[in-house]
Amino acid sequence: METIQKKAEEGVSDELKLVQAAKGGDLEAFSELVRRYDRNIFRIAQHITHNEEDAQDVVQDAFLKAYQNLEQFQGNSKFYTWLVRIAVNEALMRLRKRRNDRTVSLDEDVETDEGSMPREVADWSPNPEQIYGTSELGDILKKTIQGLPPGFRTVFVLRDIEGLSTEETAEMLGLSVPAVKSRLLRARLQLRERLARYFKSKKDGDGTR
Amino acid sequence: MKCTEFLKELSDYLDGKITESLKAELDEHLHWCHECHVVLNTTQKTIEIYRDNQIYELPDPLRNRLHEAIMSKCRHSKPHKKNT
Repeated sequence: METIQKKAEEGVSDELKLVQAAKGGDLEAFSELVRRYDRNIFRIAQHITHNEEDAQDVVQDAFLKAYQNLEQFQGNSKFYTWLVRIAVNEALMRLRKRRNDRTVSLDEDVETDEGSMPREVADWSPNPEQIYGTSELGDILKKTIQGLPPGFRTVFVLRDIEGLSTEETAEMLGLSVPAVKSRLLRARLQLRERLARYFKSKKDGDGTR
Repeated sequence: MKCTEFLKELSDYLDGKITESLKAELDEHLHWCHECHVVLNTTQKTIEIYRDNQIYELPDPLRNRLHEAIMSKCRHSKPHKKNT
């Protein structure tokens, strides 16, 4: 445990050094920061925009913006938290453009609790991942998460896929902690409901109860 | 405890962020409510399945192209100075 914590602390101080060097114009240091987080930023951008071209643009623009505004990064939060916040804003902007819809925002998803009440309550087959091949499973997972409102899926991606804390997610998205928690619960329940249609066990899962 | 009350606490239960006494109440509910038990298990599986099967990986050739593009843009761009 001690070693893990020590490593994490070293990672943070090493990262601050890279950020300081990049602020001073050291491009190699910034390049290292890009390498550290480009995969995460790409994933987050894909999840929000659903469009690979947009996601590529988001990755480029988010890192460029971060570089140009490094002076504004005070080091109060982690560099990654600050970077994701920039990327989420860029991704939402692209989503709005593509949908030609100014109303897309993280606050758009006001809905009743009924959307989250479980209807599929049959257990799943023991290994749903083995029923489908990798690419078929990937398609199901994509289709399912894409059906969630942007505010829900963004919270789910940051909390459950990227493994960030509720507090970090709230900070990144400019939401309150209770708002993040409520979205996460609804996102999890809605995903579960939709996946159940594919994964429910055949023997007791004919949908009647 | 009603199922709706259980559902409200489901996320915190899964994240292990509840007090011992609330956990005992939820466990008691789970003991006799098969449906909430299934919902709990399948929600847990939902999270795991998304965590274990990354659906948007960045392929190396694309990653390298993006990296080059980013660094080239940075090279031609001056960081914004604060209040200077």
